[in-house]
Amino acid sequence: MPALAVGTDGSARVKKALDVELFFQQLINGLSLGALYALIAVGYTVVYGIVQLINFAHGEIFMIGAFGSFATWVIVGKPTDWGLGMTLGVLLPVMLLGGIAASVTVAVMMERFAYRPLRGAPRLAPLISAIGVSVFLQEAVRLFFGWIPGMPDAKSAIPYPTLTGVSDGSIQIGGVTVQASAIFTLVALAVCTVFLWYFVNRTKTGRAMIATSQDPDTARLMGINVDRVIVAAFAVGAALAAVAGVAHGLRYGNIDFRMGFLAGLKAFTAAVLGGIGNIYGAVVGGLVLGVTEALASNYLGTTAWKDVWAFILLILVLVFRPQGLLGSKAVDRA
Amino acid sequence: MLEVKNLEVAYGRVNAVKGISFTVDKGQIVSLLGANGAGKSTTLRTISGLLKPIAGEIWFEGERIDGIGAHKIVERGIAQSPEGRRLFRNMSVEDNLKLGAFSRKDLSGVKSDMERVYDLFPVLSERRTEAAGLFSGGEQQMLAIGRAMMSRPKLLMLDEPSMGLSPIMTQTIMDTIRGLQSEGVTILLVEQNAQAALSLAHKGYVLEVGQIMFSDTGAALLGDDRVRRAYLGAD
Repeated sequence: MPALAVGTDGSARVKKALDVELFFQQLINGLSLGALYALIAVGYTVVYGIVQLINFAHGEIFMIGAFGSFATWVIVGKPTDWGLGMTLGVLLPVMLLGGIAASVTVAVMMERFAYRPLRGAPRLAPLISAIGVSVFLQEAVRLFFGWIPGMPDAKSAIPYPTLTGVSDGSIQIGGVTVQASAIFTLVALAVCTVFLWYFVNRTKTGRAMIATSQDPDTARLMGINVDRVIVAAFAVGAALAAVAGVAHGLRYGNIDFRMGFLAGLKAFTAAVLGGIGNIYGAVVGGLVLGVTEALASNYLGTTAWKDVWAFILLILVLVFRPQGLLGSKAVDRA
Repeated sequence: MLEVKNLEVAYGRVNAVKGISFTVDKGQIVSLLGANGAGKSTTLRTISGLLKPIAGEIWFEGERIDGIGAHKIVERGIAQSPEGRRLFRNMSVEDNLKLGAFSRKDLSGVKSDMERVYDLFPVLSERRTEAAGLFSGGEQQMLAIGRAMMSRPKLLMLDEPSMGLSPIMTQTIMDTIRGLQSEGVTILLVEQNAQAALSLAHKGYVLEVGQIMFSDTGAALLGDDRVRRAYLGAD
């Protein structure tokens, strides 16, 4: 509630302080939620920038990442009592790698079997294929995850492991509580953004991706293997989505075969918000969306309305700034 | 060096190239001439592997290259400077040249070749960090040729390098092409400017609606009545 009290008594001052704290609490909640969206959004935008396809199955790649990291945790013996050092130094990295391996494998296969045969087909065809892949992956996890030896049945939500200091810890800054999982998500986004910057600007494959997104035919005349660039785009997006999958598990404490649907839709919104095709736009769009959701649901109604505000923001951006907040690299080709 | 045999290429149901055959010998400048829509660019795009022929064969240095994939054709030693230059407009001159060398692994060779391009075109050297889109048409054409040279090709294909250029700039570009040839690069030159192309070419092929009408040496075509009437504006 906005502080309108102008009284000189102590209670008004306390109330105002609480409001400032509440604002910052919502801001940090929004930023960490937004970081989660941003990690997924990069995958939409990178793939769109290269092949002009909205990969609606990308939300499921995020879900696969979460399940992959969970399966990795089961395989290493379901540890729950490791100390902070071992958790941060060994368990979390191993789970991340497991999730990334699962997501990247599925994404590369999806590109190979569901999208590549449709290259050159009218745009609607791969879009429909994407929806098919999305349903296929959800149902595959729902029906068959439990068949893998040692894995629980996945027909409903599965509790995600509680990692020492990562899912349960928190720190206090003034009156603001910052969950350890929020710190993990924000740090992961920062690390991934630096990695992306390096990859795009300093590696040969990254330069090839930029060239391909600007002019695929000319990129091929330069000797760039465009098929490989496309696979790289799917793989990079999948890796970041897997990190988001782990972050989601730590944040909410459970994972679910349906978790990719709404998260994917929100991340797609974030990508459009930032300017689809623009990697940094996806990061900014994710953060803006997360903060908007957190602040709007706090000040403009109940949390039940948070999805409404997210999509109202999308509609406003599409009407008034269709190229997104940072514009798009994909559309300014010559 | 390059041999095209009975090549047919179609866009959907429309045949753009209807069974053409021609050869390019090592060290020569060979020109394909013809009006818009004659199939010149389609032919080059097919040689580069951007388009798949529906019939016919393309041989380069004794090996068949049609259908092997565009990036592999660059590795074999065929580079193309495409119609309209197609630079990466918001990348710098330097980045454009680096992309031209994408298929190469010898970094020191790439560096020395880049210096060679800068020697050839001092304008580019002075503004190597500026975005390619900021340059004039002639300068962009220089960059497009330089970029194609960066793969150190055995065969350089140039698609209408004089398009949109002033006569003086056209002359500069043609002199550059002759210079490259004298250094041992084989050149396949597509042009609408028949005068400029034929004064360079050892051999010329005249295309009309997807077929080769006739061919001869450059000098002979320059004096040929049919060519003079159709392409040189003489009556």
